[in-house]
Amino acid sequence: MAVLTQSRDIAFLKEQARIVRVEILKMLTQSGSGHTGGSLSAADIATALYFYKMRHRPDNPKWEERDRFILSKGHAAPLLYTVLALTGYFDKSLLGTLRKTGSPLQGHPSSKLLQGVEVSTGSLGQGLSIANGMALGLQLDDSASRVYCLLGDGEIQEGQVWEAAMTAGHYALDNLCAIVDLNELQIDGRCEDVMKITPVAPKWKAFNWHIFEIDGHNMEEIVSALDEAERIKGKPSVILANTIKGKGVSFFEGKAEYHGLAPTKEELEKALKELGEDGK
Amino acid sequence: MGSRKQEFRVQSPESGIKTLNSELQTLNFYGQAVATRDAYGATLVELGKRNEKVVVLDADLSGSTKTAKFAKAFPERFFNMGISEQDMVGTAGGLSLAGKIPFASTFAIFETGRAWEQIRQTVCYSHLNVKLVATHSGLTVGEDGASHQALEDVALMRVLPELVVIVPSDGFETQQVIDAIAEYEGPVYVRLGRAKVPAVMPPDYKFQIGKAHTFHLGKDANIIADGIMVAAALQARETLLKEGIDAGVINMSTVKPLDAEALLKAANASKLIVTAEEHSVIGGLGGAVAEYLSENHPVAVKRIGTRDTFGGSGKPDDLLKLYGLTADDIVKTIKSALSR
Ligand SMILES: Cc1ncc(C[n+]2csc(CCOP(=O)(O)OP(=O)(O)O)c2C)c(N)n1
Ligand SMILES: [Mg+2]
Repeated sequence: MAVLTQSRDIAFLKEQARIVRVEILKMLTQSGSGHTGGSLSAADIATALYFYKMRHRPDNPKWEERDRFILSKGHAAPLLYTVLALTGYFDKSLLGTLRKTGSPLQGHPSSKLLQGVEVSTGSLGQGLSIANGMALGLQLDDSASRVYCLLGDGEIQEGQVWEAAMTAGHYALDNLCAIVDLNELQIDGRCEDVMKITPVAPKWKAFNWHIFEIDGHNMEEIVSALDEAERIKGKPSVILANTIKGKGVSFFEGKAEYHGLAPTKEELEKALKELGEDGK
Repeated sequence: MGSRKQEFRVQSPESGIKTLNSELQTLNFYGQAVATRDAYGATLVELGKRNEKVVVLDADLSGSTKTAKFAKAFPERFFNMGISEQDMVGTAGGLSLAGKIPFASTFAIFETGRAWEQIRQTVCYSHLNVKLVATHSGLTVGEDGASHQALEDVALMRVLPELVVIVPSDGFETQQVIDAIAEYEGPVYVRLGRAKVPAVMPPDYKFQIGKAHTFHLGKDANIIADGIMVAAALQARETLLKEGIDAGVINMSTVKPLDAEALLKAANASKLIVTAEEHSVIGGLGGAVAEYLSENHPVAVKRIGTRDTFGGSGKPDDLLKLYGLTADDIVKTIKSALSR
């Protein structure tokens, strides 16, 4: 397979994002457990990265010149597994083994067990430091590769995230782009009620980051921000993506309960209809 | 999955090892009484000359950990992370994923205590090639007192899957440990000290990960020691010999994986095993030895170490006396165990 993919075809990307959501829901229902809400909220972002922005080779996951993606919010594993499968890292049938004993598709991503996973995550707050280290290492080698790191908005309550934000600013890591999935919800409810993180943008700005604020479900905006971030020099970039948790399925949207609940068979049927998968 | 065997992979020679024909291998700490942190600082610079992949991180203690020497020699390969140990460990993980060989240093308690979960989740679970080399372990930190004296770090590190744990005894051994772990592919914790320590290892000594060094095999007792307690154990042997007691001494510098073969030989040679370490008797070398022998070859085991307590301020030698970590304490322990 050739290097993926660089097709700035918004209609194509939107359709891929729809398929990604369908596959996420199917695999979660089959597994009977897993994180629905946060996988769906970041589906458009991950689609834009894997089907458009990132240079990567599914037939050669360790290709040196690849761009790197770190899923700091590791519980969105179903999303990562889906984009990896759909871009050709492994057979789609493997998605049905999510969370089953012995499966490489662990509840949270394991880099030792699954090709394409750069590093194991699942304990929140650790991914951005790892991304920084990769970005520093790539800079030492004058590599053109870029590093992307996806965080949750509840996750940024972790202190280590701000240590890492300071580090990226200090070392001016302009080959790094963080993306925060601002879906306003975490496990115990609204981030605003659990532990206020707003205003978010001034915090990153204060640590010397370049800020993009976008609608995280508008493919044109996602793609434009990712393109522009590449042109920002002397600073790391962060894309603050306003999203809806559970996006794409009306009865999951904005509901904290569906953070860690998989759809039932009945819910799946209704959800697939909403996503235009009638009769399949 | 399931029981995964520890693998010992050595990097291929072409993997970035640059030979500069200059004064290579001139460094030699054999026979020198130095602090293990000093041997570390000097060895890192030599390593940096030979291997371009080596990068070093510190958390605002580079003057004390001696990584400042590397920082001076290779400023572009040194990253001061500020006072943020968790971020330091994660960043080291990222650097290893970009093909570098990161050495991350700070004081032992901050490295293993503050960043324990980062070491578990980021470094060990992904089997990253990160070298955690901590200084200022144990009571011999001295005047700074309990807050700065790690007596639990070996226990904290030993429990982690995939991690190799090494406690060198002197400068000569430290130098070899640092070279060896740079060649080894995988996560390693090395525990170093602040105070000057006597030279104990023989000139022909060659450190290997997972291999203990047996100075003598004793008929009456065998002392399994690491770090500064190897010197104390050798001294205790001399004292006991004068009284007709034959106590052997084994330097178990790799605490994990434990050298089971050497341990079994010692347990076969004598009915008494004594462990000695500058660490809590809970969970460290004594814990490891007791666990192994009770399952595989039960013999009497006595553990010398701190006994479920914090340290305190004072001169290192006074503290070692106060907490029962001297050659005399080893002698007394062996005599009382044998007289029973
Ligand atoms: C260190 C840590 N603490 C707690 C958890 C349990 N946990 C998993 S997801 C989650 C909420 C995450 O919220 P957010 O970052 O907003 O993610 P999203 O809404 O995108 O799913 C929590 C607390 C964890 N995985 N790691
Ligand atoms: Mg959220």
